[in-house]
Amino acid sequence: MGNKKLRLESKKQEMENSYFSLLIAGFGGQGILFAGKLLAQSAMLEGRHVTWFPSYGAEIRGGTANCTVIISDDMIGSPVVRQPDLLLIMNEASMKKFEPLLKPQGLLIINTSLIKNLPNRSDIEIIKIKATDIAEEFGGSQIANMVMLGALIAKTRILNPGTISTALKEIIPEHRKNVIQINERAFKGGLKGIAY
Amino acid sequence: MEKKLINKKVLMKGNEALAEAAIQAGCRFYAGYPITPQNEVPEYMSQRMPEVKGIFIQAESELAAINMIFGASATGARAMTSSSSPGISLKQEGISYLAGAELPAVIVNVQRGGPGLGNISGSQADYFQAVKGGGHGDYKLLVYAPWNLQELWDLTMKAFDKADEYRIPVMILIDGILGQMMEPLVQTSYKQPKLPKKEWALTGCAGREPNVIKSLYMGEGELEKRNYKLKEKYDRMKDTEVMYDSLYIDDSELIVTAFGIAARIASSAVKKLRKEGRKVGLFRPITLFPFPEKEIEHICKGNRRFLTIEMNMGQMVEDVRLSVNGKAEVDFYGRPGGGTMTPEELYDVIKKYM
Repeated sequence: MGNKKLRLESKKQEMENSYFSLLIAGFGGQGILFAGKLLAQSAMLEGRHVTWFPSYGAEIRGGTANCTVIISDDMIGSPVVRQPDLLLIMNEASMKKFEPLLKPQGLLIINTSLIKNLPNRSDIEIIKIKATDIAEEFGGSQIANMVMLGALIAKTRILNPGTISTALKEIIPEHRKNVIQINERAFKGGLKGIAY
Repeated sequence: MEKKLINKKVLMKGNEALAEAAIQAGCRFYAGYPITPQNEVPEYMSQRMPEVKGIFIQAESELAAINMIFGASATGARAMTSSSSPGISLKQEGISYLAGAELPAVIVNVQRGGPGLGNISGSQADYFQAVKGGGHGDYKLLVYAPWNLQELWDLTMKAFDKADEYRIPVMILIDGILGQMMEPLVQTSYKQPKLPKKEWALTGCAGREPNVIKSLYMGEGELEKRNYKLKEKYDRMKDTEVMYDSLYIDDSELIVTAFGIAARIASSAVKKLRKEGRKVGLFRPITLFPFPEKEIEHICKGNRRFLTIEMNMGQMVEDVRLSVNGKAEVDFYGRPGGGTMTPEELYDVIKKYM
């Protein structure tokens, strides 16, 4: 299974329960909900408890989108949290909205291709990755979500990289099978983009 | 969708899970009108119903939809409609008629914030409407309030059986969070229990006396007789259909009572407090009617206190107080339509009452 646990010192308590909450945010069209669903599917494949909860309603391309994913070895109570342990932020507007919510000692992964204003907080760990730029090298900005996921997995090892690849094959619908490879390449790009 | 994966976990949205469970339980007629946060139900039905040779209708209104359910059910079909709070308000007349005509049906309410059009976030403010009537007349619905998607799957199947067994409309009362969220569930296969034949159904009366399905009883004493018959059913349900769940009740000094999503959020806080050695437990009604009144009365002893938590301004708490009947203190914490609670918040709230 690999080391699923967070590498953050302050996460000791959560490490014991192997519980963590993650919020992914960006604009509609960046594959925010898909990235969350992929993590949820992967967690399920690894036999863990998982919940996925989206922002819903008037979601449009270019508008804001976010989802909360909770992964745990025990039954999950609430699918919503006030302060997530991890934040995956893909655009500037979401940064302003969600960065203050991140738990102290939490991990913030940001897409510095689109986010120029970095947070002032010193009580969090920040991982910067030019996800949109890297994605363009691999075939297009729309797979920046996969680069971000690669960075997340490289940094935290909360799930096995191999499981993500398996889950990709399961959730991409039959008529779009041609996009699996390009997504996988972008994911691996993100994995390698983070030296740790 | 994933029929081959029986007994293997699948990841589904709540709205899709209940729609698939309905189909596997033999629902072959669905009519509905769009409203967030339940739109995945009609969306899913529009694709699946033709595959199983069932009927999907996007009705012109909620009223039309509930009356289509009346018609389909009168012919003996397993029929379902779904909506969210404002749409369920519109269906109340039809629900009262279903109850009056003793027709089975399954009605799903994926609650959103009210009153009025409110907003689209999850809420539990339709408890009174679901449990205390909603429409006119002395009738009751069997009301299921699941708290996770496995229970939603199982209870949706059960809802069709109970509707047929008692010839009553059954409501599944969830909220926007359960409807929209995904989590793994096992698509347990449907096994139909022994049920009475639908000899009352309108199937064409060649060679037999015509059946009559109606809710109008003008004859001397007819209506009163009908109402006593309904009462007898509701009493029987109180004896046999109560469902509930509990966590750490035995040595608890404070018992949190909550249903559906609020119970789920509260359970996170209760577990955390338990780890810290606090004597707190959770009691969760699964059927809201019939309400587990005897069970609550039974656990009401010593200096035990109750705290009811709901995503409304205090509805189920009235039934908890009636069950406790003055024998214990019952406090309340709630968030009204538009507000969602978090486990961190409930942790602080529950601690305050300890």
